[in-house]
Amino acid sequence: MTECSGCPKERLSRRAFLQLLLKGSVLALFGATIYPVARYLFPPRGADVSVSTVVAGTVGELAVNSAKIFRFGSQPGILVRTPQDELRAFSAVCTHLNCTVQFDRAASVINCACHNGKFDLNGQVISGPPPRALEAYRVNTRGDDIIVSKLA
Amino acid sequence: MARFTWLRDFLAERYPMRQLDELLHHKQIPLHRHTFWYYWGGMTLALIGIQIASGVLLLLYYRPSAAEAFESVRFIMTKVQFGWLVRSVHAWAANLVIFSAMVHLASTFFLRSYRPPRELTWVSGVLLFFVLLGFGFTGYLLPWNVLAFFATKVGTEIVGVVPGIGAMLQTFLRGGADVTDVTLTRFFWLHIAVLPLALAAVLGLHLLLVQLQGMSKPLKLREERTVPFFPNFLLRDFIAWALILGAVLAISVYQPATLGDKADPFAPTPAGIQPEWYFLWMFQTLKLFPGHILGIEGELIAIALTGLGGLALLLVPWLDRPARRGQAHWLVTLIGIAGCAYVAGMTIWALQSGGAH
Repeated sequence: MTECSGCPKERLSRRAFLQLLLKGSVLALFGATIYPVARYLFPPRGADVSVSTVVAGTVGELAVNSAKIFRFGSQPGILVRTPQDELRAFSAVCTHLNCTVQFDRAASVINCACHNGKFDLNGQVISGPPPRALEAYRVNTRGDDIIVSKLA
Repeated sequence: MARFTWLRDFLAERYPMRQLDELLHHKQIPLHRHTFWYYWGGMTLALIGIQIASGVLLLLYYRPSAAEAFESVRFIMTKVQFGWLVRSVHAWAANLVIFSAMVHLASTFFLRSYRPPRELTWVSGVLLFFVLLGFGFTGYLLPWNVLAFFATKVGTEIVGVVPGIGAMLQTFLRGGADVTDVTLTRFFWLHIAVLPLALAAVLGLHLLLVQLQGMSKPLKLREERTVPFFPNFLLRDFIAWALILGAVLAISVYQPATLGDKADPFAPTPAGIQPEWYFLWMFQTLKLFPGHILGIEGELIAIALTGLGGLALLLVPWLDRPARRGQAHWLVTLIGIAGCAYVAGMTIWALQSGGAH
């Protein structure tokens, strides 16, 4: 650092100023390159079909004490006809690690084969690692169609 | 050799050949009762070579999209001449390379080869191991079969549980909220572009460090016999490599890789779904952890512990203070054995409970 006698101490020297400019430019160039790359790595949000109501099936196709997987938007749902002949629907995505659950006819429970989680027919956890109940949906029938909709 | 003097002269006039020659020739391999373990690094390298070669061949017919991936692998397996062999070699060597890397990692751990001045060799080695696991994880999805689909769903869900950056990392890996066609493209991209670049860089550093510093000699070993690395030990390495190539080919012929059914995102997860064997211990741990521990989600604790374990593995050269002073402490050996026993025990448990389905 060269000190000039006349100028105040905090004044930037020509060298320091040019260095600051150069470093700043390099940093700006770096940022201007990295930022688009970082944004590029994340995909655009697809036209998310946020479905709130879906025809999950027909009453005729579902026997008592059985279930089927249906499409709820981009996610699988499970429609259960309980042994007491009630219709219930839940998200089929296990709350533990996202596997798709299935209906166990013999025990009349919903189970997840990945890590052996079990849910009762209200979607509540009976045993295993799932931390929460399955998300429940509302079920209505219109004629023979079974309509499943998200709870408000 | 005399026939190539013109080439040697040509090179020597232009490049620092004497230094390169020195780098190649200076390394001596100590001969003692633990010399056997020196072969495992070279073995892992040879298997990586097999993976690169067979992977490049598979690329000729593989199509990375959800609509075509499964069909293209089936095409390779059933229609392409020796396609079944190329894919089986790739699938089998993928498992063997992880196994070989595990043996290499464990042996360098128990022999304390990571002690100064070889800390960075260890760190680059552990990073290479993580890269290999990344290859395994991303490659597993590429055939787009049921098993791979759900294993990836669970695997990327685990990533999502990581506090803070988890959700972002998950979206990045899946390319959206779910495992879809986009995820397949990403895994393909990671598997054949990103990870190979990372592998080349870290492997280059790892090999350079080994070549510069030579082999670590186990503590308290008085034997002074050595053999030159080049060409003596390298020729022995070649024998091991020829044996492993033969073994991979033999296994592939007698137990060709299977394909299973095409992934269906709207089918329930079939029973007995399992990741590759080297992730089984983690899978079993997740299975055993209860939903909640002291109000915190169990899976979060399991994942945090695994993350800490990985970090500890990376920092072993600094955590093992006695080894820095040239002592092999019994506690370090015990921790190593406990770690191996845990992973082995959990893996066997998972295999048995998986076999029951």
